[in-house]
Amino acid sequence: MHQVRLQIKGSDVARYSYSIHMQISAVLQSWSKPKNYPLFIRSVPIQNELKFHYTVHTSLDVVEEKISAVGKAMADQRELYLGLLYPTEDYKVYGYVTNSKVKFVIVVDSSNTSLRDNEIRSMFRKLHNSFTDVMCNPFYNPGDTIQSKAFDSIVSAMMVQAS
Amino acid sequence: MEAHEEKPIIYTMENKPIVTCAGDQSLFTSLYTSLAQQLPRESMEWRRSYGRAPKMIHLEANFVQFKEELLPKDGNRALLTFPFLHIYWTDCCDTEMYKASVKDDMLRWQSTLRLHGSVDWLIVVVESEAKKKNKTNILPRTSIVDKIRNDFCNKQSDRCVVLSDPLKESSRSQDSWSAFLTKLRTLLLMSFTKNLGRFEDDMRTLREKRTEPGWSFCDYFMVQEELAFVFEMLQQFEDALVQYDELDALFTQYVLNFGAGDGANWLGSFCAPVKRWSGLLLRRPIDMEKRELIQRGEASLLDLRSYLFSRQCTLLIFLQRPWEVTQRALELLHNCVQELRLLEVYVVQGALDCWVFLSCLEVLHRIEGCCDRAQLEANCSHTVGLWTYATEKLKSLGYLCGLVAEKVPTSEDLNRTVDLLAGLGEERPETVNSLQSPYKKLNEALSSVEAFEKHYLELSHAAMEMYRAIGRMRSARLIGKSLAEFYMKKGDPERAEGFLDDSLRSYVAEGWRLQVTHTRKQMAECQKLLQQTEDYLQTSALLAGDANLTEEERKHFCQEILTFASQPPAPSDQTVALSMAAFAQLRQMQFSPPGAVVHVGAALQLELRVRCLMPVAMQVEQLAATLHFSLEQGGARGRAGSAQRRAGHGPQGQGDGVVMFPQGSPLAGAGMGASLPPALELYEMQDRSPSDSSLTSTGVVCKNMHLLLRRHDSSASLDTPTAGALPAAVAVDDGAQMLRARDITLQPGDNSILFTAPTGEPGSYTLRQLCGSVGRVQFVQSHIYPVVQYEVYSQEPQLTIEPLSDNLLAGIPQKVTFTIATGHYSVKKGDALQLSNTDSMPILHSSCCSATVLSSTGGQPSIHPLERMGESALSIQSSEKVTSISLPPTPPYHTLEFQLEVLCHIPPTPFKPDIERLTNGEVRHRPKSHSHVDSGMINIDQKVSIDCPWSIYSTLIALTFYVPFKAKHSILSAGKRKYIQVCLQNVSDTNFHLADPVLTERQPTVSMELLSLNVKTQQPVCSQQSVFCLWEMRWAKPLPLCLQCAFSASFAPVSASDTHTAFKPYRYEFQLDRVSTLYSLKAEISPPSGDQHCRTGALCGLEVSITRQAEPSETEGEEEESTEIEGLRTTKLMYEVVDNSSNWAVCGKSSGVVSMPVAASATHRVQMEVMPLFAGHLPFPNIKVFKYLPHNAVPAIQPDTDSCLENDTISLLDKGLDDQGDTASIRSRGSVHSVGSGEQQRGLPMPRLEPFSPGQVFYWSQGRQVLVLPVTDDHVMEVNVT
Repeated sequence: MHQVRLQIKGSDVARYSYSIHMQISAVLQSWSKPKNYPLFIRSVPIQNELKFHYTVHTSLDVVEEKISAVGKAMADQRELYLGLLYPTEDYKVYGYVTNSKVKFVIVVDSSNTSLRDNEIRSMFRKLHNSFTDVMCNPFYNPGDTIQSKAFDSIVSAMMVQAS
Repeated sequence: MEAHEEKPIIYTMENKPIVTCAGDQSLFTSLYTSLAQQLPRESMEWRRSYGRAPKMIHLEANFVQFKEELLPKDGNRALLTFPFLHIYWTDCCDTEMYKASVKDDMLRWQSTLRLHGSVDWLIVVVESEAKKKNKTNILPRTSIVDKIRNDFCNKQSDRCVVLSDPLKESSRSQDSWSAFLTKLRTLLLMSFTKNLGRFEDDMRTLREKRTEPGWSFCDYFMVQEELAFVFEMLQQFEDALVQYDELDALFTQYVLNFGAGDGANWLGSFCAPVKRWSGLLLRRPIDMEKRELIQRGEASLLDLRSYLFSRQCTLLIFLQRPWEVTQRALELLHNCVQELRLLEVYVVQGALDCWVFLSCLEVLHRIEGCCDRAQLEANCSHTVGLWTYATEKLKSLGYLCGLVAEKVPTSEDLNRTVDLLAGLGEERPETVNSLQSPYKKLNEALSSVEAFEKHYLELSHAAMEMYRAIGRMRSARLIGKSLAEFYMKKGDPERAEGFLDDSLRSYVAEGWRLQVTHTRKQMAECQKLLQQTEDYLQTSALLAGDANLTEEERKHFCQEILTFASQPPAPSDQTVALSMAAFAQLRQMQFSPPGAVVHVGAALQLELRVRCLMPVAMQVEQLAATLHFSLEQGGARGRAGSAQRRAGHGPQGQGDGVVMFPQGSPLAGAGMGASLPPALELYEMQDRSPSDSSLTSTGVVCKNMHLLLRRHDSSASLDTPTAGALPAAVAVDDGAQMLRARDITLQPGDNSILFTAPTGEPGSYTLRQLCGSVGRVQFVQSHIYPVVQYEVYSQEPQLTIEPLSDNLLAGIPQKVTFTIATGHYSVKKGDALQLSNTDSMPILHSSCCSATVLSSTGGQPSIHPLERMGESALSIQSSEKVTSISLPPTPPYHTLEFQLEVLCHIPPTPFKPDIERLTNGEVRHRPKSHSHVDSGMINIDQKVSIDCPWSIYSTLIALTFYVPFKAKHSILSAGKRKYIQVCLQNVSDTNFHLADPVLTERQPTVSMELLSLNVKTQQPVCSQQSVFCLWEMRWAKPLPLCLQCAFSASFAPVSASDTHTAFKPYRYEFQLDRVSTLYSLKAEISPPSGDQHCRTGALCGLEVSITRQAEPSETEGEEEESTEIEGLRTTKLMYEVVDNSSNWAVCGKSSGVVSMPVAASATHRVQMEVMPLFAGHLPFPNIKVFKYLPHNAVPAIQPDTDSCLENDTISLLDKGLDDQGDTASIRSRGSVHSVGSGEQQRGLPMPRLEPFSPGQVFYWSQGRQVLVLPVTDDHVMEVNVT
């Protein structure tokens, strides 16, 4: 929905269209729900949504690989931020996994250079905090898709800021 | 002297730092071999500037002859050709010679060096014994060295070293060698540090100028690369890599800045359209062509990047980090594509794809070249990215060049292919001979459709295999999906199907909706081509209900189904069964009446709410739910049982008869709900023992275990369209009972359908399957969960009688309710209840008695209030034996209620068991009465025998009545006068009026009259209170031994309106034995002589006088044991003085046996001594008198002690002792006359004691007290004041 076109006045016109794509999937209650189904997905702009979904879904392979690479004993001290999962020609895919194995994925347009590792890291932290708030809501049934307006607005704000 | 003859600049990495040699060349040549060997043998620590970590380094050098041209001129920064050290060799040992030639030569050498600012030099003086021997006039050798040091090494004496006998194997020679080498290494390193430091400073200065207009990246690149070369020469690959990485980062930053609008002029050359896309070249250590292009400033962006990467790759492989190469390669390729896009460089369409494809393969080849197979396989995860990328690029090239189609490429496609291939240029000489070179592969792949397919499949399968091997199944499936797309394009749906199915399953299992929709659409296309009608229809149904599709698409798929459905069926075809889940979702079912329990034949409706997922309204010819009928519950157990069961029955038992069907989250959409396994449904289970309903076990039971534990792939089978036909159970059995609705139109969204449930037979009906028919298509839901069921029951008629209040009280008339649940019986006119009358409980009926008829439509009185249907009068006829109640006509499954008044007579107390014959000839015990444990009330179970019209057997119904009163009597004496007291206690919760208490003798004797001392004739008795009544006995003639008395009174509840008629009699009968006084007992305590009062501790006299009061009557005489001694009849009495309260100490004898003459006023006095133990008014000690029966006497049989007959001796004795209360005190005193049990022996004839009846002995001194003074004050009280 936000396709930000930033026009620099003058001779040369640069066009920016950054997209951030976020996806969260949970492996909570793996006995009753399928693993790795999306709890929340949002992408900006919307036209390439399907491609984003495929990218995010595939990135779960790498997330799982990274989680399992950390030994069981070390799992407690595991860094939640997984870093760049893999680059593609068009996107950079970053991952983050909470201690309860809820996965956050941010997909950024490759051409977006303003988002460095630190920015992505803080975005994840914000997301995690907001997600924790969602989970604290007594009316939220853990495992349901997230429909919280507060969460949505935080994600939107992050996307606007990033583009 | 090999080195200096070669070209000084060598672009192989065989470069070594240059060291020049001046002076005696032949001397150096002789030493060269061992020098070149020994120099790298030991490592040196290299301390670095700018805080870089020190390194151990093995030094090598290229020794060349000194020439002035070798010295760098100003401004030439070439480092590779830079001579780092200059050595002057001499073996001069002759002072004359030194002065004559050598010194001058050295001076010239020095001045040349100084001219070029070079300070890195060393003079080596070689000494040899041989030479010394030849010359006779040799000076001490030190002098030459000293001279040289003196002449040249101003303050730097270490710049001159001596090498002794270098060609000999002696310890001296070795020492001097090692000292020389150390010196050489140290100086070399010093030179490196200094010169490289200077170079780096220059380089930095140059870099800082990058904002100046004339600055060129390419020039700078060359400078920094020089540094990299030097590091590489020194085998410091890490440092060399850093130089390239810095260059890389700098360039990247420029490109980004350019993108942000901050363009640098020099970048213009990189923005030139890309003309060559021949891919990376990693087989040479240095790609000189590209390097020259850069040097000339003519390189394109791809050239620069390729060159940079090839250098980085070389260094990384030196560092044995091949996997970093693959990772960096992927980044580089992505980055280049981005940068070209950012710089808006014109690239022929497809050229970049070629470049990327070639580069990927080149990197992979390079890696394969330096790793063995096992290593490669273990590190798939590093290479698979490149494989995938190459596959993608080849695919897009294939689409671009028209190679992915059923037809041959067009001429336009061919032109494009030719253009692309032209950009590749000639194949590089390195790979011309290789069969599998990337260049050849690309050429071949683009040459024909078949070749393309071969290469594309090869790559795809390789990538998929690798992904599978490292467990990245999703990535593997994604490639599989793109293969499927390829096959579909090629018109080969058979091969596409497997890949699509695999992907679809995984997306469905993991709940990714967009992917599911997208893949399913492809699947539908594939199935249509394959003419898998059923699967296609199933997929179409799922797609038609998929909210992620546009309205048009959904309608299209819906139309596909409708078109098929409306086709006339071919004779061989059967209907096609599809899963209901795609078509509609069950929302809820509602029973009316809500209990879902009805009697046979009653109306039961079921409202089904269905959410239709189709985009258009659907005409459904029939919607049917099959029912499973079972007899297990229902009629047999009756209403109460089923109502109970239902209360704990999960979702259906909510009371409103609504069954909600759990839904997947609304976002999940069609087909998703079913793939989410249901949550656990647990309920509590309690197992009670059938006998006393105590809890034997309890637990938790999972109700939907069959759903949770079933295999997962089968659970998905209904969902995935490839699952083929549904199980055979789908075939609807027409014989089974069904809920049916015909010709319904299901609108998109929620619909409500009304079914009428069959209630023909009693039993339980469970909904099993739901099936909607649209033409040839049937939508089937094979299970309905949660379980929906209803029950039809048939009930036996039932009669109950219940009191209106909590307890029925005996003695007063009260109302009871008769309730008849008609069940399946219909009460006809003339039907009557026949109640057998009993005397103890007459039925009091009045004329105005009416019955109420209630309907019980809900079937569950507890849930559903009964509806009042009507009222009708009741006619009651009473004959002697039977009360007949004719009932009003009542339809089945209704309730009839009426009230009757009954009265239960209180039987006279105490009750005696006797047998009574019931009116209907049945012999049974009289109503049993027993004490009610809680209230102390006596209850009477009164049974009523009723003949009901629906049964040939009599119904026995027990009613429990409670007796409201409890009576006690006691006899009181005053000398010879006697009084009778009756205590009446109201034990009920009701307040009563008591009137006219009368005491009468049951066998009236003329001689006795009972004089009432009661004042009131009527008085209230409140609940739990007592009333006492008293009569005096007067008699003329001696009284009989036994008196039969009866107490009677009238009572009525206080609340009763009409007190006079409401009064009901109460009667209490009792018997008095041996009433008249035989003896009177008088005691006197006299103070010790000379004292006026008794004092504590002083012995006092106790005189007991026993006086016979009356002549023995005839009846009593028989009973009393008397002996005739000298004409005087005497009886023996035993007396005993007991002080239970320990006020007195009896001194000496406390008991004894006296013989009393049987005559009136005969008196016997006994003197004893007692000592008061306390001061004050002390009560007299107790004196007791017993009949003393000699051992030979036949024990008198007392009617009221009949139970003690068998072991009379002991029991009587014990009784006597018990009466005294404190047996221990008697025994302890050890009285001679004591009847202590120790002397008793069972079976031996022993004297016995027998107590008198309560009225027979009158104690005059009972309750008397005597004043006891304390002894004179001889106690000292000690008071301590502290």
